[in-house]
Amino acid sequence: MRSYEKFFRRNRLPHRWFPGCGNGIVMKAIVQAIEKNPAFTQDNTVIVSGIGCSSRASGYMDFDTLHTAHGRAIPFATGIKLARPELNVVVITGDGDCTAIGGNHFIHGCRRNVDLTVVLFNNNIYGMTGGQASPMTPLGKKATTAPYGSVDRPFDACKLAEAAGATYVARSTAFHVQHLVKTIEDGLSNRGFSFIEALVQCPTAYGRRNKMGDPAKMMAWMRDNAVMKTAWDKLPDDKKIGEKFPIGLFYRAQEQDYDAAYQQVIDIAGGAAK
Amino acid sequence: MSARLMQGNEAIAEGALVAGVRFFGGYPITPSTEIAESLAKMLPKVGGTFIQMEDEIASMGVVLGASLAGRKVLTASSGPGISLKQELIGYASAAEIPVVIVNVQRVGPSTGQPTAPSQGDVMQARWGTHGDHSIIVLSPWSVREAFEVTVRAVNYAERFRTPVILLTDEIVGHLRENVELPDKVKVYPRRAPKISRAEGYEPYTPDEDLVPNIANFGEGYHIHVTGLIHDETGFPSGSPKVTREAIKRMHEKISRAEDEIVDVHREFMDDAEVAVVSFGGTSRTAYEAVLNARKRGLKVGFIRLVTIFPFADKIIRELSKNLRGLLVADLNFGQIVNEVERVAECPVKLCAKYDMTIFEPEEIEKSIDELVAEVK
Amino acid sequence: MRKQLRLSGSGGQGVITAAIILAEAAVTEGKNAVQSQSYGPEARGGASKSEVIIDDEKIYHPHVKNPDFVLAMTQKAADKYYADLNPEGTLILDDDLVPTSPAFKNIIRVPITKLAVEKLGKSLFANIVALGVLVKVTKLVDFETIKKSVAKRVPPHTVEQNMTALQLGFDAV
Repeated sequence: MRSYEKFFRRNRLPHRWFPGCGNGIVMKAIVQAIEKNPAFTQDNTVIVSGIGCSSRASGYMDFDTLHTAHGRAIPFATGIKLARPELNVVVITGDGDCTAIGGNHFIHGCRRNVDLTVVLFNNNIYGMTGGQASPMTPLGKKATTAPYGSVDRPFDACKLAEAAGATYVARSTAFHVQHLVKTIEDGLSNRGFSFIEALVQCPTAYGRRNKMGDPAKMMAWMRDNAVMKTAWDKLPDDKKIGEKFPIGLFYRAQEQDYDAAYQQVIDIAGGAAK
Repeated sequence: MSARLMQGNEAIAEGALVAGVRFFGGYPITPSTEIAESLAKMLPKVGGTFIQMEDEIASMGVVLGASLAGRKVLTASSGPGISLKQELIGYASAAEIPVVIVNVQRVGPSTGQPTAPSQGDVMQARWGTHGDHSIIVLSPWSVREAFEVTVRAVNYAERFRTPVILLTDEIVGHLRENVELPDKVKVYPRRAPKISRAEGYEPYTPDEDLVPNIANFGEGYHIHVTGLIHDETGFPSGSPKVTREAIKRMHEKISRAEDEIVDVHREFMDDAEVAVVSFGGTSRTAYEAVLNARKRGLKVGFIRLVTIFPFADKIIRELSKNLRGLLVADLNFGQIVNEVERVAECPVKLCAKYDMTIFEPEEIEKSIDELVAEVK
Repeated sequence: MRKQLRLSGSGGQGVITAAIILAEAAVTEGKNAVQSQSYGPEARGGASKSEVIIDDEKIYHPHVKNPDFVLAMTQKAADKYYADLNPEGTLILDDDLVPTSPAFKNIIRVPITKLAVEKLGKSLFANIVALGVLVKVTKLVDFETIKKSVAKRVPPHTVEQNMTALQLGFDAV
């Protein structure tokens, strides 16, 4: 047995994601990152997810796990963290879950800088319900609810997180596995709201409709179009074209997290420790 | 403790605190805001947590998360906010998470009349979320009782692992009156697992009272909690049998304790020929109307629902057998009246009011006179 | 013996605070009291109204009917809220803010706001001046009791001025 396998509920496996889906890669990256952080144990870590393909992951992971309602993972996670600050709380969400129905909770979670690590599995589509457009479906891409190509301008969730106050913001992909693990690992060790966008391929509901080829081709697309942040910053604007996109660490800051801030309230009010 | 002047909403905050509530998440809305404001001051003093969330849905989410992590929790709002909270009221029901939701009713629908009294959310309190679910709904008529009922609501939430709605109204919420509050109350502790993981612990295996002893997060049980219909393990199941049993148990864990939960305040029933049914702030006026009518020699009884749901089917049915008629004072277009009609074995008359003002005793007295004439 | 009071004016004059303090004083003296804010559409347009019922017996219906005392701090409030006064009751008016007395038998006019401005430099204290007037006229609570209740409710650094305000009102009738 490989060491990270203990983090899975083996009686719940095999998972029910479609063959070629990238979600399993990110789920594995999360537990590998957890394994590298001695402060995170199976008993003191809670995995919270929303609703959607990504959010199935919580059921496969052997921790206290919470599969919430659509879009609501961050408020639930906030409650857990503030009620028991000694627990580590990881949120698994998707592009629809996090930036559409949960958009308000997402930006306010960032604003409060609650000590959560939020991993957004971005498959650019509502996968579970069969391929409807999400707020992160790129312009022109087809979805069942955008049969002529999406005309809704998409969110850049990383820019959104940074602007809203998250203190760790990064992006990686299912292709760049080692980078992805390291990115999540750094997010886990940041005390504050950490946001990681993990691009995943959805060959079934997204790739097929947009003629992106098989899972391997979709991952090759990630390899060919992802540009490390350091290189991206040196790239002249006329080279930032086509489908090229930056990955890596976008923002990191040392700021007081919400629990520490609320501890000040308790101190001022003259209250007992939790 | 000596008598002091206190507002209904403040009494709810006081009650929450002595009942062990240590986490409040909310969103400001008239006429419930004083509950949040009071707890914002009080909770940090006892090491508790107050958080103002971005909306009412998040307010529900944050308290449910805190409840799963072991805190006793409460949230408060009014009609428009309760409409938004409905989504996760259903979640709390399905996942069996203790939570108290206070609704200080105002005039609806929609934004309605924000500062004016109404009791129009009765059916929302019972049915306000999708799907079959069970719920406990309690309502106080005084500031003192607002305190007591809050304690009871927190205890029921913990004991039955269910959402409990404290359905109060602007009348009681904003009323100030003299109260003497006890320093100590009976508190129901958080239920705990009776066996270890190694012994085959399953979070949703019901105890003898049909309520499961679900572990708090962070205690090493590695439980899974979901809003999907699930079996004893907590994991979703597509089985019709599991679905039927889950929904049935959700109802039965409360209905089997009905005799204990259902609380009906009755007065003057021994010689009553007719009686007035009411709840919450409206009962204060109904009581005065009954007193006045009795002074005029009419044999009128007083029935006040402290527990709104489960509805007092048995009690109302039994009482109605000895009555010529029942009058329901509904500070709405007619909601409690339907429940009373469903179970009563005597004629039922509605006295409805929905114009932003509370009943005057004379209005209820006039309806009593009409009922007496009709059933003679 | 039941006594019913209605304190009225416009938002910001502090009539609700005054009503709360009065009810609190009654409770301190062992009486039953209920205090409520405006019920109904009259709360609109900046109008403010608070009612207090004080009784040795239990109080159920919280709404004042045929008040024994009405305080009006604006002309609009005076015109509106004196109508159902107990015929033997008393209408107390702010002398400057209510230029026209309604047709009522027993009226007491006191320059409430003027006293606050002239003696304390701020109309902010008008509600406490009014409270002094009410305590004197209604004889419902002891002056010493109301002093304690005021001191408990107001910000600590304003206690002294509020005591002066209370005395000003008490001595003005």
